[in-house]
Amino acid sequence: MVIERIEAQLPGAILEHHAFRGDETIIVAGARFLEVVDLIFGEGYQLLLDVTAVDLETPEYRFEVVYHWLNLASQARLRIKVPLAEGAAQPSLVSRFKSADWAEREVYDLFGIPFEGHPNLTRLLMWEDFPGHPLRKDFPLDGGDLFCSQDIGASFAPEARSLNA
Amino acid sequence: MAGINLDDSVMTTRLDSVINWARRNSLWPLPFGTACCAIEFMSMMASRYDFSRFGAEALRFSPRQSDMLLVLGTVTNKQAPVLRQIYAQMAEPKWVVAVGVCASSGGMYRTYATLQGIDRVVPVDVYVPGCPPRPETMIHGVMELQKKISRESLSARKEHIERFYQSMARQEELQRAKGLTSYQVVREMVLEAGAAGGQQIW
Repeated sequence: MVIERIEAQLPGAILEHHAFRGDETIIVAGARFLEVVDLIFGEGYQLLLDVTAVDLETPEYRFEVVYHWLNLASQARLRIKVPLAEGAAQPSLVSRFKSADWAEREVYDLFGIPFEGHPNLTRLLMWEDFPGHPLRKDFPLDGGDLFCSQDIGASFAPEARSLNA
Repeated sequence: MAGINLDDSVMTTRLDSVINWARRNSLWPLPFGTACCAIEFMSMMASRYDFSRFGAEALRFSPRQSDMLLVLGTVTNKQAPVLRQIYAQMAEPKWVVAVGVCASSGGMYRTYATLQGIDRVVPVDVYVPGCPPRPETMIHGVMELQKKISRESLSARKEHIERFYQSMARQEELQRAKGLTSYQVVREMVLEAGAAGGQQIW
């Protein structure tokens, strides 16, 4: 199993692991993330399917950056989660996996997580001057923006507030 | 010279009504399909509902060759300036049908990303309710548009479209003067209209 081989070669890199219906998930500390990526690349996990993130709002670390890999030879899948504090940067994988380019831009756009070493870290989905990062839990659903609220005429008052505030 | 008996080969009418008769029976739709309403629209065009019965079977995917804009689905704030530009490019005279609740009012998406009704940025003639509306509902909406066309005066339609062009000119001027993006200017114009108690920028 890949998890045992990672543990043998990089002791202590895996903080935790679990499996759900055959899909393995490992949680890796940010400092050792790139070592693990290089190791699993050698193991055959060479297709980076997706990069996403979760806003957990836990006191120890706010985000979890989630990577999905597919082993093209064995068709096995591997999910790697990296805990990340707010404001901290995650190393970019663009130099290793081309598919990380837009996926990392999307995570940056929607969660505000910076990716160090990304060649073009700009917004992917929202417009350039969009305020905030909409998939953060503290982001109000209507953006706190009167432009997005339902009755712009009636609610355009100083006391008008977002539904989520 | 002997008199000619014209019988019923001549009829008298008003210019408005004869031109509107031609207009309402040869609408050229431009589908602006962004969501599931566009799937229902396909069904509306296909053989079972057969929209060509209403003289509007010639779909054109270029705004220059069409005069009925069918907005089929959710329009995001990012798309609002695009929709305005497409409407501006269409051949005159032109009409807009907002199909489904998203296009009509933002529908269920009261969110940071969704334009709360396309009537804020382009003039809408007919709103079709439903999520998505059934093909019969859309056909009913276009039949209502045909009734509306047969009632309207040519000069009123011209002025109606002219008002939109004025707002478009203002948008472009603001973009140039302030160096803003089209999205920012549309947003500013909607907020300004809201401060004046209005709901639309055209």
